[in-house]
Parts: sequence; C-alpha cells; structure tokens
Amino acid sequence: MTPGRDGSRLALAAHTLLVYLFLYLPIAVLAVFSFNSAQQTAVWRGFTLEWYRQLLHDDLLGQAVRNSLVVGGLATLASTVLGTAAALGLGRRELRGRRASHALLLLPVILPEVVLGAALLTFFGAIALRLSLLTVVIAHVVFSVSYVAIVVRARLAGLDPSLEEAARDLGASAWESFRRITLPLALPGIVASALLVFTLSIDDYVVTSFVAGAGATTLPLHIYSMLKVGVTPEINAVSTLLLAVTILLIALAQGLLQRPAARPREGRR
Amino acid sequence: MASSKPAKTAYALLLPTWLVLGVFFLLPLAMMLIVSGGQRGLYGGVQPVADLGAYLRSGAWLGNYARSCEWMFARIGWRSLWLAALTTLLCLAVAFPMAYFIALRAPRRWKSVLLGLVVIPFWTSFLIRTYAWMFILRSEGLLNQALIGLGVIDRPLALLYTQLAVAVGLVYGELPFMILPLYAALEKLDRSLLEAAADLGAGGAARLLHVTVPLTLPGVAAGIVLVFIPSLGQFIVSDLLGGARTMLIGNLVQNQFAVARNQPFGAALAFELTAAVLLLLLAYALYARRCGEDALP
Repeated sequence: MTPGRDGSRLALAAHTLLVYLFLYLPIAVLAVFSFNSAQQTAVWRGFTLEWYRQLLHDDLLGQAVRNSLVVGGLATLASTVLGTAAALGLGRRELRGRRASHALLLLPVILPEVVLGAALLTFFGAIALRLSLLTVVIAHVVFSVSYVAIVVRARLAGLDPSLEEAARDLGASAWESFRRITLPLALPGIVASALLVFTLSIDDYVVTSFVAGAGATTLPLHIYSMLKVGVTPEINAVSTLLLAVTILLIALAQGLLQRPAARPREGRR
Repeated sequence: MASSKPAKTAYALLLPTWLVLGVFFLLPLAMMLIVSGGQRGLYGGVQPVADLGAYLRSGAWLGNYARSCEWMFARIGWRSLWLAALTTLLCLAVAFPMAYFIALRAPRRWKSVLLGLVVIPFWTSFLIRTYAWMFILRSEGLLNQALIGLGVIDRPLALLYTQLAVAVGLVYGELPFMILPLYAALEKLDRSLLEAAADLGAGGAARLLHVTVPLTLPGVAAGIVLVFIPSLGQFIVSDLLGGARTMLIGNLVQNQFAVARNQPFGAALAFELTAAVLLLLLAYALYARRCGEDALP
C-alpha cells in the first residue's frame, strides 16, 4: 500500500462519514426535539414527554392510525399474494409475454406518483366509485404488487433449481414440491417484501392524497395537514414514532433478505 | 427455477396481476389520456362533446397541450428539469466517493452494515424526512437558531421556500438511489485491471479516470435515471420546502386536480410528465443495450 493510498482512503472515509451524518442527522434532530419542552423554537429548553402525551389524546390522530393500519394490512395482503404469484409465474423462461409482464410490473414503480394518483382519481370518477378507504387500498395495491414481484422474483432466482427437480424425481407432484421445497425457501423473501410494502403503505402520501375520501384520512395525510397548519412539537413526536416503527420493520426485512437461501453449490465461488 | 412448471400454471399465476394492473393501472392511464383531450366542464368535470368527429377535426383536443406551452406553465417545466438535473449532479458528486469507499476501500465485514445504513433512510417516510428539513431550515428552525446563537448572523436567513431548500431536500431524499447503483457497479470492478494499470505506470488519478470511471459508467447511468425521474415528478419536497414560488410539475398537476378542478388540463400535464419519463427510460434502455447486458449493475 503506497502512502498516497492511505491518504486517499482517509479522505474517502471522512467523506463517507459526513454523508452518513447528512443522512441521519435530520432524523435524529426530529427525534431529539420531540422531547424538547420549548413550544415554538428549536432551542433546547428541557426534557418532556408532553408532546407524546398529547398524541395519546388526539382522537383524529388515533383514527388516522387505525385507517393506516387497515389500509396497510389489506393492501399488503392483496399485493403479497398477487406479487408472489406473479413472481412464481415469471420463473418460466420460455413464457410468452414475459418481457411485457416485466415492463408492466416496472411501470407503477417508475411513473411519478402524481401521475398514478391523477389517473386513479380520473378512473374512480369515471366509474362513479366514491372515494373511501377502499379506493386507497386499491391504489396501494397497484404500486405494491410490483415491489413484491420484484423482491420475490429475485429471491426465487437465487434458489437452486435442482432442489425442486430432485423432489419431482423422487415422485412429488408439482404442488407438493412447491409447498415443501420452493415455498419454505422463498418464504423469507415473501415475508420481507410484505414488510416492505406495508411500510410503503403506511408512509404513502402523494397517491393517497388523490384518492382518499373524507373520513379516509391516513396517518401521512393527517401529518401533512398538521404540517400545513404550522410546525409543532407534536409533529416531531408523531414523526419520531412513525420513523421508529418503519425502521424496525425495514431492519427486520433486511435481516430476512440477507439470510442466504440453501445453496448446495455455495462453496464453489 | 420452476422450469418444470407447465405453461398453463404460469399463465394462471400471472393472470390475477395482469387483471389488477390492467383494470386499476392501464385503464386509468388510458382514461386520463382521453380526458386530456377534453375541456373543463362548468362544475369541474369534463365537458361532454356533442360531435366527436368535428371536435377531433378542429384540433380542439390539443387545446390543453397547447396551453401547457404558455410561458406561465412552461417555466414550471423548465424549473423542474433544471432542479432535477441539479439534484442528479449533486447526488453523483456526493455518492461516487462514498460508493467507492464502501465498495473498494472499506473492510469487507463492514460492507453489508454500511450498505444497510444507506438503505434504511430511503425506506422511511419521504414526508417525514422532508419535514425534518422544514424543521431545520425555517426561520425559527435549528440552523438559524444555531447560527444566531453562535453569533454568525443577527437575523434569521430565509432558507425555506427557496430553490436551494428544494435542492437540498431532493438530494437528501434521492441520494440512496445514486449510492446503490454506483456501489453495485464499483463492487463488480475487476481489481486486476487497476493493478495492471498501476504496473504500466498509471498514477491514482489516471487509474480513476481511465479505468474506474469508464467501467462504472453503466452504474452511473442507472443512478442518473433513478435520481432524475423521481426528482422530475416530485411533489412533496417542492410543496413543503419550496412553497408557491418553487412550483414544479408535480405540484401543478396536483393543483389542477385538487384546487383548480381542471382535470383535462391536469391530465395533459401528467402525460407530458409521463412522456418525459418514458423518453428518459428509452434513452437508458438504448444505452444499456449498447453496453451489453453484463455491464449493467
């Protein structure tokens, strides 16, 4: 290692550290100041749990949380089932329409959310479907299916095909070999993608704002309306809670995805 | 995997997704396209057309698209393009050294942790992460309080509701989208090529310019696409950090649907945004094909 290399390594490491600080400080600041007893300013005045206590008594907030959980649960369930099925179906390489399916699955992710929201609003208006939690669930499923399909597909692609072939050779039916070999191996990927789309659902603002009717206020919509009124410490508190929950779920999903699937040929790299 | 699965099962598995996306995604887009050719009705809906043939022949169906070219609206488009480009460049500048460090200079056992730390913020609420910058940049916010407290300034700086604030918010939100593809490309770099270059007498900078950068260009292209597109279609950052003065296309579309109640015009704008996104993707796809499949991260 030449001396110049060490110097550049240090510089790169310092830059990287600064970027991590840039990424995490704003979130940390939110969390810290959610305990600040000063109401209006960002000057630290003392520790308090007052803002969290106020959250507990906020009925509108409670309703928004309930709505978010309902929407999240339903959308996650539907999109996980659909997306997993799609991922399985895409496994067959000679399938006609495979490329079209891939393109179709990528579009909801790639198109800007305002476009998706506007299109759905137009659609619901045209078929005279009243905006409600149902329309929100539908919207969430539309953008979530892709994520599930992509994540599960990636997981399935990493599985050793000879395992299922061996099961078939030993006399197992297609369903049996799927249920006892493929499914258990793919399960971490399926669960991880479910966690991911759940967090996407409870965090979504833009699409939801287009298609939520009165009384279908979800947590992000409620937070947004709080923001528009003015910056208050309660917003810090609810943001910190939401962040904590999301980070926990994502860390879980990451853990599941990083666990390697069984690969008998793993030694050979 | 599943090569033994009969084609019928595969089609059956894909059918529900095709149905759901067909009905709730493709169909709405098609409807919106049709609406974009219409005119705003009296009460906000779409004005019914008496004679479709005459309407089409008169070219009135292009009305909304023509209107979007008026300077009042076109400048919003240019502003969006400019901010998206600025964000992409800044992200590239910030992300490249970091991705380089994690991929090529960091201790091996730390790599997954370091990457995980990059990924986690990007899965959390974009709304909250943008709000954090509101909290920091506003007049009574953290940055101003700190600067006043340190005696650097007397009165608060007007940082919020500026293009700068929007740029910061965009870079903050999109940075992981640049770091990850760059990391993937750098990680695949064949170090023996760098060693060979060193053996041939190339210094650090030369190796970077003539070996590393050219080989990671596919990753750079992917990162550019992944940052530029969401930045172009941005709503939240420009709404919370930019205010009325820094309206972008996304805000204009939402405004037309929610406030102005001019769905046809909003639809036209939405499709122009979509066209821009698809063009960019097409360019990327052509570039990727030129590079060869294996070069992609």
